[in-house]
Amino acid sequence: MYSAKIKVTLRKSILDPQGKAVEHSLQSLGFNNILDTRIGKYVELKIDTKSDEEARLVTDEVCKKLLANQVMEDYEFEVVSINGK
Amino acid sequence: MSKAKFGVVVFPGSNCDHDAYNTLKHILNQDTEFLWHKEISIGDRNVIVVPGGFSYGDYLRCGAIARFSPVMKDVVRHASNGGVVIGICNGFQILCESGLLPGALIRNESLKFVCKNVTLNIENKNTIFTSAYSGNGNVTPGKMVVPVAHGDGNYICDEDTLKSLNENGQVVFRYEDCPNGSIDSIAGIINKEGNVLGMMPHPERASESIVGGSDGKYLFESVINSLN
Repeated sequence: MYSAKIKVTLRKSILDPQGKAVEHSLQSLGFNNILDTRIGKYVELKIDTKSDEEARLVTDEVCKKLLANQVMEDYEFEVVSINGK
Repeated sequence: MSKAKFGVVVFPGSNCDHDAYNTLKHILNQDTEFLWHKEISIGDRNVIVVPGGFSYGDYLRCGAIARFSPVMKDVVRHASNGGVVIGICNGFQILCESGLLPGALIRNESLKFVCKNVTLNIENKNTIFTSAYSGNGNVTPGKMVVPVAHGDGNYICDEDTLKSLNENGQVVFRYEDCPNGSIDSIAGIINKEGNVLGMMPHPERASESIVGGSDGKYLFESVINSLN
């Protein structure tokens, strides 16, 4: 069994209005050293497979097919074995 | 050409399906049926309306889950064969997610849901969706007033796509005063072939004077004229 931890964020080239609003709020709270804020999504999957490679392939496929829209979003992920847990 | 037979797709969370049905069936007297999203075929329908709303609660991304509904496979096939498809609001988002239209719709620049009448400039009158706006005495020439009601109507695409949209006359509607941050004030686009339209504003909610305006009705009349 594997666990995939996936992060989906708006592409760097796209203005993130939510991130901007939070950034302004943080600055108004006095955190003047915060220069950039980006907001994204976090997805966890449990994958029933025995191979690390298969877990990666499946995760990449579901990111491309559903979890991220590559017109506007980038994704990154890590997979870890959770055997015996 | 065959007569227009409209199919209005209904997803869990659609809420403009009845507005579209009312406009087509009762105002324009067209053969109109609802199509439940679990249908695997659009049957004999030759104009598909993908209506506004919040399909699947806008979970994950607006339109991301609806595009995998069974009926959408046949809608995509229909569009690929030159069939007419109109996506309004959430419907526009679904058509972008399906790959029938380029680009994507993200959160409004203001982060606020906008709900108001807007004026659109009709940028291309030579489409099957806009022909009835030419020289029609009932509307301000070259413009239409219709409502918007969305939180994620901010149209984006890459530079090459924008260039080709502009060069090919695919930008059909632009906001006179952009309410959501869309690139180049884009409010509605067609595909290259001209048979698929997506737009954020709601023509189906402005098709009789009792609701405050009827500019939207000519969009559907254009489609009907193109088929009859």
